[in-house]
Amino acid sequence: MVVARSFTDRMVDWLIAVLLLAVGVTTLLPLFNTLAISLSDKAAVSGGQVGFWPVGFTLNSYDYILRDEKFWRAFGVSLLRVGLGGALNFGLAVLTAFPLSRSVRAFPERNLLMWVFVFGMILNVGIVPWYLTISSYGLIDSLWALVLPGALPIWNVVILMNFFRSLPRELDEAARIDGANPWQLLWQIYLPTSLPALATITLFSLVGHWNSFFDGLILMNNPDNYPLQTYIQQLVIADRPALHGGQAQLLALLSNNTLNAAKLFVAILPILLVYPLLQRYFVRGILLGAVKE
Amino acid sequence: MFKNTDRFAYWLMVLPGLLLLLAFTVVPLSYSAIAFQKFNPALGLQGSPWVGLDNLLYMFGLRDARQVLANTVFIAVMKMVLVLLTAVSFALLLNEVRFLGVRRAIQTMVYLPHFLSWVILAGILRTILARDGLINDLLGYFGVAPIYFLGQPAVFPWVIVLSDVWKEFGFEAIVYLAALTGIDPTLYEVAELDGATRLQKMRYVSLPAIAPVIVLVGCLSIGNVLNAGFDQIFNLYSPIVYSSGDILDTYVYRIGLIQGQYSLGTAVGLFKTVVALGLIGISYWAASRYANYRIF
Repeated sequence: MVVARSFTDRMVDWLIAVLLLAVGVTTLLPLFNTLAISLSDKAAVSGGQVGFWPVGFTLNSYDYILRDEKFWRAFGVSLLRVGLGGALNFGLAVLTAFPLSRSVRAFPERNLLMWVFVFGMILNVGIVPWYLTISSYGLIDSLWALVLPGALPIWNVVILMNFFRSLPRELDEAARIDGANPWQLLWQIYLPTSLPALATITLFSLVGHWNSFFDGLILMNNPDNYPLQTYIQQLVIADRPALHGGQAQLLALLSNNTLNAAKLFVAILPILLVYPLLQRYFVRGILLGAVKE
Repeated sequence: MFKNTDRFAYWLMVLPGLLLLLAFTVVPLSYSAIAFQKFNPALGLQGSPWVGLDNLLYMFGLRDARQVLANTVFIAVMKMVLVLLTAVSFALLLNEVRFLGVRRAIQTMVYLPHFLSWVILAGILRTILARDGLINDLLGYFGVAPIYFLGQPAVFPWVIVLSDVWKEFGFEAIVYLAALTGIDPTLYEVAELDGATRLQKMRYVSLPAIAPVIVLVGCLSIGNVLNAGFDQIFNLYSPIVYSSGDILDTYVYRIGLIQGQYSLGTAVGLFKTVVALGLIGISYWAASRYANYRIF
């Protein structure tokens, strides 16, 4: 620092830091409120007494969720779609991005294909034809309906392709002189050197699968096949609590609000668990995709 | 050096992707033809009678279709403007924070809502915006009568816009922060030697550095003028606020899939697709013209 910084200047530094910290905390306050409600006594919640700290602390809601079969079935469907969908997204992104990253001399149809894929990404045909198509394939109520239609993540392909192209050409040439074919080049040279970009696009698709609810809502007729977000959407948003037999008594002890808050929070937990990774790699992905050079 | 067997391998690699594109983009495109039919699921695409432009003409005559279009554009544009303004201001201010730990802590907090689905966030919003919820409690301290945020047509669009700002402003700031980090520190030192105040440094050094990014984001958002955010509105609206909160995507969903008017729903969807294609074309053209942007 060339110029000594004045006292007022440093005061302003602190002021801005405190102001932005306040903004940050405010951003999270709604989530704290939900957490506090989920841990509070039913009566305190319906009395509107709960702010950011539980009133009449109880784990009843979480206890109820632990024994809620429907909740865990939906949780399982979500895990399945995240696993299967994530694997499909990964494989297809890699397989599609690699040929597209080749030079026109090596792969003359490269430019044409690039246009085809990008046009496919931009073209959004509307929900009705989309639904009719998937139902004509007989995929309704099948797990494949949740993973196949979006199996080719074109935006991820673009990110990965740009990353492949940014790698030094010498890598490529050296491997070719050693006689590597395209499959070996992809598997032994490009994949191992692209781990950060691969982590980024994988997290993109995992979070996308975990968070999507709409395909589950319209493509699953049987509520038993709902992924977690769709299940919660029906419960919390569409207001159709499904009561059954012996659980009704326990349910009566809880207001719907506490139980719903607890379900929301359990659905947030997986995101919180991977949040450090998300922060690191999403930021990188945004920059890979948005600003080049 | 470039062998034909290599080319064959490349084609083999793109094949699965091309097949998926065929199955889930091209085939649905052929189903768009029902916009020009009086589609009957029992008769199918081949058997349903053709009606020409009747569905499109009927759509343009509908009063609520025009209202829906106006709602869509209003909400989408207000979101873009306010998210951009808050993200830029936030980035400029965060750039002034010298304590790296504090900086990281703030970023960690404001990015989080971006990763949560609108189902979750809508569940949270419905709780805090309720009559006896957090926000009304707070307003009560200042003597403000309870506001029914999700049930008043005049208030609802603003709840949508502001909650979107809440979810996205931090994350949107990433691109601006990246541009600010790239500024050569000597620029600030020179400005200081010339006696520039903090505000002058922000105005004449920081802001010009992110101006190209603002132009780029602005250009690219042209393509989203008809996307007002289906997931968000779908999970927050109700029939009481259709007059100001219903957007093209929710409208198509209700008439097309819920009421089963497949042809009309497809016609409205097709209208949106065609206009959106034009807008995206314009946005990419503008982005490459004014911000030197290429997606590949």
